[in-house]
Amino acid sequence: MDAILLQILNGLDKGSAYALIALGLTLIFGTLGVVNFAHGAIFMIGAFCAVGLSQILNISFETIDPTKLDFLGNPAKIKTAYVESWFGTEIGAAIIDWAVPLAILFSIPIMLFAGWAMERGLIKHFYKRPHADQILVTFGLAIVLQEIVKAFFGANPIPTPAPAMFQGSIDFGMLVGFPENAIIYPYWRLIYFLFSGVVIVAVFSFLRFTTFGMVVRAGMADRETVGILGINIDRRFTIMFGVAAAVAGLAGVMYTPINSPNYHMGMDFLVLSFVVVVVGGMGSLEGAVAAGFLLGILESFASMNVFKDIIPGIDQIIIYLVAIIILLTRPRGLMGRKGVMEE
Amino acid sequence: MSIIHPTRRRLLQTGAVAGAGLAMPMVFTGAASAYTNEPTGGTVTLGFNVPQTGPYAEEGADELRAYLLAVEHLNGEGDGGAMNTFSSKALKGNGILGKKVAYVTGDTQTKSDAARASAKSMIEKDGAIMITGGSSSGVAVAVQGLCQEAGVIFMAGLTHSNDTTGKDKKANGFRHFFNAYMSGAALAPVLNNAYGSDRKAYHLTADYTWGWTQQASIQAATEGIGWQTVNNVLTPLASTDFSSYIAPVLNSGADVLVLNHYGGNMVNSLTQAVQFGLRDKMVNGKQFEIVVPLYSELMAKGAGKNIEGVFGSTNWSWKLQDEGTKAFVKSFGTKYGFPPSNAAQTVYAQTLLYADAAERAGTFNPCGIVEALEGFEFDGLGNGPTLYRAADHQCFKDVLVMQGKKDAENEYDALEIVEVTPRAQVEYAPDHPMFAGGDLGQCNPGA
Repeated sequence: MDAILLQILNGLDKGSAYALIALGLTLIFGTLGVVNFAHGAIFMIGAFCAVGLSQILNISFETIDPTKLDFLGNPAKIKTAYVESWFGTEIGAAIIDWAVPLAILFSIPIMLFAGWAMERGLIKHFYKRPHADQILVTFGLAIVLQEIVKAFFGANPIPTPAPAMFQGSIDFGMLVGFPENAIIYPYWRLIYFLFSGVVIVAVFSFLRFTTFGMVVRAGMADRETVGILGINIDRRFTIMFGVAAAVAGLAGVMYTPINSPNYHMGMDFLVLSFVVVVVGGMGSLEGAVAAGFLLGILESFASMNVFKDIIPGIDQIIIYLVAIIILLTRPRGLMGRKGVMEE
Repeated sequence: MSIIHPTRRRLLQTGAVAGAGLAMPMVFTGAASAYTNEPTGGTVTLGFNVPQTGPYAEEGADELRAYLLAVEHLNGEGDGGAMNTFSSKALKGNGILGKKVAYVTGDTQTKSDAARASAKSMIEKDGAIMITGGSSSGVAVAVQGLCQEAGVIFMAGLTHSNDTTGKDKKANGFRHFFNAYMSGAALAPVLNNAYGSDRKAYHLTADYTWGWTQQASIQAATEGIGWQTVNNVLTPLASTDFSSYIAPVLNSGADVLVLNHYGGNMVNSLTQAVQFGLRDKMVNGKQFEIVVPLYSELMAKGAGKNIEGVFGSTNWSWKLQDEGTKAFVKSFGTKYGFPPSNAAQTVYAQTLLYADAAERAGTFNPCGIVEALEGFEFDGLGNGPTLYRAADHQCFKDVLVMQGKKDAENEYDALEIVEVTPRAQVEYAPDHPMFAGGDLGQCNPGA
């Protein structure tokens, strides 16, 4: 029982990332009809917003310490962060420590702008082109973006830890009556799950309870009629592209303490997120979220030895296996609407 | 009994036949000296096949820096680096056999097929006489096989699998880097001293050739000191999130987690193991510990503070104080502004060793190089007295046991040397079961 609970918890944080990326993908597909293969790269750029802010906060000046020697035997250069110099060691260190949460604020305008620039600069030229063209151009864009990030930040993972107070783990099992060490769960993963819940609720509330969201939903249902009513639906859809980019970016920012980010991390999530979208049902926001968590948890279960002993490699194929089964039994996915990507 | 009556004509005939007979071997020797990409002009081309893209690109970049430094030193530029401390004095700083050293580079992408294609192109199009590099055992084994077929020498870079000089060894291939067996042999006594002999280990292992041999080696070594192995879970090489593999560890009865991971896998699995609070827990009445058998300075940098106190092993460290290390670190550090990595040192040494072998053999013929390197004993390149064993083309030298440093002064100070394990302690017989099954074969000069 404790092993089952443990894997459910593990699946939740992975599922949170899948759900947030798939939510953005579905928003873009539902509004603009674009299959955006650059969405994983947007997730990666979000993560590097956190890395970038952390590096900015760590910008230092050097002083020579004649009492210490460097590796060549010369007097050592000691680095002191400007932030620590300006605000004092204690406050400066605290600001640096909180780089990841601060990056949420830092990344939102950057991601909104990146989404807007991507849509206006490139993707809008492919609205009327076949999906194959869209996939090719956005996949190419993803590769360009990750190579740019690699050129600036290098190829190796860059550690970007959570604030010290959120490091460590909670003995979740003890809270629900299991023995000590039965269910250990890191604080930051719990925060990631809660954070994704807040973002998902915010996006749904925005679409459901605001006039802007109502127009966007109407446009998703019948773009032409909304246009005839004199509403500039294209502008709103462009803004939604920015919102989708911000959602993926925030998912990336908060993911950095879980996995040290590297330039390739977007690609690692991209294919799985598309499977999530298809399983959830093309164009269905609720389906994307539900499928994200479902597949995250199933993937987590499949990595248990008891299953791997029966079917070696099941942890690598479980998502695709489930996708096949769901698409065979429910061709439109879990919550897909009729008419989406259908003749 | 016949009586020979020598005449002038008979003497001439006999002399001509004898002369032709004596000349025959020389004629055949001359024909046999033709070999793949025999240099004919004033330069000789070496092929540096390193990961320039993909997950090990940083290591590839550091390898490339070391190669360029080696080329400089071979051509008589710079301060000469470890050529000044190398026990063999065959290298003169005038290239190799009087030919200026040129080079071409290729990108392995840390993929066997891409690495083979890149090496093939360097051999066939660029005329590379020797291929060297790689930051993965899968790549090293693949390229070594190609070089054997093509008739060029392969000087392996960072490859740690037992198989490279075990079941997949080739006569044209040579490895300076240490291997998984040596890591186990060096680590076990240190682990015994630090954590005792009553321990239960849980292994997470990268699911490919290096991971398998590493796990088998560490399991054998730790069981040799009395540890039990609770479980070994194979993790896909492409994994980035190891939480579902790590979560069950605490509840398994194990009190040590051995991470048979390298590169980004190691950074992520170690970071996540620390996040799950493993190192803060007491299990079986003992502090829970993590071991990373193969360390790399670049990956230690990636793991940040998570690596503090964790034991592992390396082939070499810039912190060693022998003359060879000091000369190389000074040369590398002056040129690039930071100390070299493990990977950089092994490829630098390999390039000098190849050049030296060619000088001593007096030829670039791969069979001449093989003969010069087999059984070659040397010193002054940074690892102390070293032997290139003839039986499997594996270098034998001291191995370093390292520990993640607490309060590191900078990003290059993440690891500290705990013990220099003497060569005798990590030696093994060529037919050791972990290395059995392969055949070195004959050197192939190609052409």
